[in-house]
Amino acid sequence: MSIKQNIKTLIVEKPLKLDCGQTINNFPLAYETYGSLNHEKDNAILVFHALTGDQFVTGINPVTKKDGWWSYAVGSGKSIDTDKYFVICANVIGGCMGSFGPSHENPKTKKIYGTDFPVITINDMVNAQINLLDFFGIKKLFSIVGGSMGGMQVLQFISNYPNKTKTAIPIACTSSHSAQNIAFNELGRQAIAADHNWSDGNYNLKNIVPDKGLAVARMAAHITYLSKKGLQEKFGRKLQERDDLKFGFDADFQIESYLRYQGSVFVDRFDANSYLYITRAMDYFDLVKQFNGNLSDAFKNTKAKFFIISFTSDWLYPTQENKDIVIALNAVGANVGFVEIESDKGHDSFLLNIPNFLKALKNFLDKSYAEKLS
Amino acid sequence: MKPEYKIISDLIEKNAKVLDVGCDDGTLMEFLKTNKNVNIRGIEISKEKVQTCIAKGLTVIEGNAEFDLKQFPNDSFEYVVLGQTLQAFINPEIVIKELLRVGNRAIVTIPNFGHWKVRLNLLFKGTMPITNSLPHDWYNTPNIHMCTIKDFVKFSKIINFKIFKSLALINENVSDINNSNLIFKNLFGELGIFLIEK
Repeated sequence: MSIKQNIKTLIVEKPLKLDCGQTINNFPLAYETYGSLNHEKDNAILVFHALTGDQFVTGINPVTKKDGWWSYAVGSGKSIDTDKYFVICANVIGGCMGSFGPSHENPKTKKIYGTDFPVITINDMVNAQINLLDFFGIKKLFSIVGGSMGGMQVLQFISNYPNKTKTAIPIACTSSHSAQNIAFNELGRQAIAADHNWSDGNYNLKNIVPDKGLAVARMAAHITYLSKKGLQEKFGRKLQERDDLKFGFDADFQIESYLRYQGSVFVDRFDANSYLYITRAMDYFDLVKQFNGNLSDAFKNTKAKFFIISFTSDWLYPTQENKDIVIALNAVGANVGFVEIESDKGHDSFLLNIPNFLKALKNFLDKSYAEKLS
Repeated sequence: MKPEYKIISDLIEKNAKVLDVGCDDGTLMEFLKTNKNVNIRGIEISKEKVQTCIAKGLTVIEGNAEFDLKQFPNDSFEYVVLGQTLQAFINPEIVIKELLRVGNRAIVTIPNFGHWKVRLNLLFKGTMPITNSLPHDWYNTPNIHMCTIKDFVKFSKIINFKIFKSLALINENVSDINNSNLIFKNLFGELGIFLIEK
């Protein structure tokens, strides 16, 4: 595939024992970098992507030909300034942008894994990505940053590798997936499974895709990323290219048309089985349980400086869940700052042009970098 | 910079761990960092001011002192500073107790409602006093629990905390408050500064 030529890949030789019990080795980890690593190798920032993101953080994504998912925040002169910092981002394992995932061939059976792919966790994802530090010869990152599932990876990373980063910025995330979070993910998975094309995950063998199911999954999820107020302001009850209701089930309303569009463009770039695996990883994420009910223990060995950011209208990972992380950090005397950003754009706010958010992110990084933390 | 910042700084030992409750735009935090090399954190309720603090590279948590001090374990800090905000809380007693729970010592400053200008204002105008340090009208003031220097001293006996050191600020000059001059300081002190302990 020509696409593959644009994807940088690290083959991780070291065996990685997954939480499910299986061990994988010689697996591909696709990544991208921006900016350059300085001589001291102390300016590296590892960015973790969210559910449907990938390693192409900024600039034009060479596969989708669209702007990278965090173009507002990452780039020359931006919050995560690529003139100053060396930004690394990897596609999570289980994903579909080059890293080891369910659309890869199983070397034993010579068939595409599909649902034979091992169930992976957030813990597995960060344990795979730690190999990038050795690869670049980085002893300690300057920062780790991520929103949503990326934020979960930030928390898991610091708990697994407390001395591998100077600063950590979990954004709009949680330390434990709630029943509501799991419920929405299950809705998405069931939509995919209900698509006849899914064929119990073996659609690749038949050269078909469960595009309808995946589109519905995306539509449902997309609603959870926005706020009621944001939707109302943007769409209200406005009609789609018509003067009146048509008394049928076409997309009468703009919001319907918008969601259908979001669903249709998503299926072109995302793999249905990856969607199952990654949402599962999010659902299994429970850092509180990993530390026997005491989240503070996850952070007791780190000296890293934390900055936690939430958004007022985010009901998927609300401020209180972000504050719980702040509370856990304060309980062990960690160095933690916190701000809730005013925005009516819902959970998606972290991906958008929200000046107060971008300003806080930039100021925290630049001031911390100037401090020359050890 | 407010004149009491230097006085507060003099009350704090070098390299101490300090929490500034209601840290505003971080001016005191920066001053203490530079002068006393303290390890300092702040809590601030205003989003805008939290942003200002972040821009100064300060570690600040957006929050409300009345509810968010809860998250700190006992004796997390050597000093907790509460500058001119005690009067704005719904329950000052809980706040004082919380300050002394999370800190070994607390430094509390209060705008003195017993100051002669305040007294004259009420006596002659017959309206709620408006002065330089108390610029609000009665209906829009955040200060719902004003007290005098004397009130605060009394308060220490009622809710049982020790006043380790008490100072009055008069025309930018600082002086000790003791039992024999309390009436005088309560009349002329613009600000009371108290170093308190459990």
